[in-house]
Amino acid sequence: MREIMIVTRENLINLILASLLLAVPFAADAFGQPFYITLATRIAILALAATGLNLALGLGGLVSFGHAAFFGIGGYVAGILAAHAFSGDPLVFGLPGSKQMWVIWIVALILSGLVGLAIGAISLRTSGVYFIMITLAFAQMVYYFAISWPAYGGEDGLSILVRNQFPGVNTMRPLTFFLICYVILLLALALFALIRASRFGTALQAARQNEVRVATVGIQPYRIRLTGFAISAAVTGLAGALFADLNRFVSPSMLSWHMSGELIVLIILGGTGRLFGPLAGAALYVIFEYALGGLTERWQFFLGLILLVVVLFARGGLLGLLAGKARHG
Amino acid sequence: MVEPVLQISNLVKNFGALRATDGVTLDLRPGEIHALIGPNGAGKSTLIHQICGTLRQDSGTIRFAGQDIGSLGVADRARLGLGRTFQVSSIAPDFSGLRNVMLAVQAKQGSSFRFFKPVMRDRSLIDTAMAMLERVGLTARARIPAAELSHGERRQLEIAMALALGSKAFLLDEPMAGMGPEGSKSLTRFLDTLRQEAPILLVEHDMDAVFALADRISVLVYGRIIATGTVEEIRRDPTVRTAYLGDHA
Ligand SMILES: Nc1ncnc2c1ncn2[C@@H]1O[C@H](COP(=O)(O)OP(=O)(O)OP(=O)(O)O)[C@@H](O)[C@H]1O
Ligand SMILES: [Mg+2]
Repeated sequence: MREIMIVTRENLINLILASLLLAVPFAADAFGQPFYITLATRIAILALAATGLNLALGLGGLVSFGHAAFFGIGGYVAGILAAHAFSGDPLVFGLPGSKQMWVIWIVALILSGLVGLAIGAISLRTSGVYFIMITLAFAQMVYYFAISWPAYGGEDGLSILVRNQFPGVNTMRPLTFFLICYVILLLALALFALIRASRFGTALQAARQNEVRVATVGIQPYRIRLTGFAISAAVTGLAGALFADLNRFVSPSMLSWHMSGELIVLIILGGTGRLFGPLAGAALYVIFEYALGGLTERWQFFLGLILLVVVLFARGGLLGLLAGKARHG
Repeated sequence: MVEPVLQISNLVKNFGALRATDGVTLDLRPGEIHALIGPNGAGKSTLIHQICGTLRQDSGTIRFAGQDIGSLGVADRARLGLGRTFQVSSIAPDFSGLRNVMLAVQAKQGSSFRFFKPVMRDRSLIDTAMAMLERVGLTARARIPAAELSHGERRQLEIAMALALGSKAFLLDEPMAGMGPEGSKSLTRFLDTLRQEAPILLVEHDMDAVFALADRISVLVYGRIIATGTVEEIRRDPTVRTAYLGDHA
């Protein structure tokens, strides 16, 4: 990890971002302002979801317009397991539900990873606009499936009456739940950094830059991308489980294409492929939504303007502006 | 006679009404440099693409290292030992030259499914890659993003990647193009030694290099091989003179 430890401008900015995200909820807790803790938790979870997408999009260049599917699947895992634990009805194969977060996380990781594998296996046979469209189509299928499934709330969604539990702590306490999300975000960022620097990450990034080159040295780009896509899906799925627990509610809106678009927007705002791009983007997005959402219903219009400016004039996003061009070794 | 490393038979490739490869039969023998020359648009690159698998032939066979490879994918052929460079250099532009070659080294070493060890601290990758870069004379430029390398340096980088694969045959599509006279000369000397490592199918317009290096020359015109022979035979061949060499012979 020496590369990561070196004091570069980018690492300094990353450190500041991570510290700020940690400091705000503690301050809010001290001043009795739980709302700001919730805001920070939202940032952490969206950053986690976008970090998942950043693996596929940032490293692999795979513009998935369907990551809401994995986010929503993670959310429904939390909701459904909790519902079964509450009612006592067995889930599948006589297995019970669970109110334990770590059980939910593992199931969310595995299930969204597997669905990612299936969706990726088909989608990755296409590229460019077709890839964008086919991932969107798969996500829409999951969305309509959830809507038409009355057992778990259909269109109305599913409430989680009491937030799921984690051994030894009170997850209902906002600061505690924030810290859980924060630690998971840091772990995911560490995973991203490790993967990016690894052999696998080298191949994944090379496949983004030049697919034929990768094949010409004897590596099959398809397998590399598929693996990257599945890992990406799993991480975003985990974020979905946390998101459901934050809101204590899961609904098909988590699966909608708006959500997929939002994740892409977060990454572009923050800096595509940058380690802390998703966090910078999520912070910007949530703060923006909070600050402008109160003033005008049309805050998304202004978000669109910012996005336009970023795409036209600041390709590296917020981190590109602050920390300069990315280095790739 | 020794078994050829690469044997192409009756290869045909059409682009719509255009027959870009028209029944090509050609082989590459151990230790030789076999030059493939011909006018622009003759189908030289198209032939290389079919050998490497970036294009699929319509009919005909390609045997390499004793195996029919005509239906394998690009990556599989590369793993069998086909090392190639492109007419338009093909590199990962964001990566440094070093990391480009390291990609080839990791492919050669086996698995790319390693997720945690940072490559930039992996001595086995770095040292091997640096050794390849040194052989092509790119050591001093190893850490510069490949996008910032000159045209000629990118050719060298591609050759370093082919070297790193431990290739059993090299397919080089106009490696001298854009090199400048000095670069061409040193690359000619380099290729002369490279043939001991593995035979080379060399597509090249630079006739000085071709005549200096080639053990055999094949002349491709409108997708057809019109002559194959030694340098002397080709220089003397009247059809080749009219079709391609002109005053160069
Ligand atoms: N993908 C393609 N689709 C259609 N036509 C093609 C394609 N690739 C090449 N051609 C045509 O096939 C013919 C052979 O092209 P090729 O690039 O193989 O020639 P070449 O011998 O390599 O020429 P040069 O010396 O200029 O590199 C040309 O007429 C070219 O226009
Ligand atoms: Mg050509």
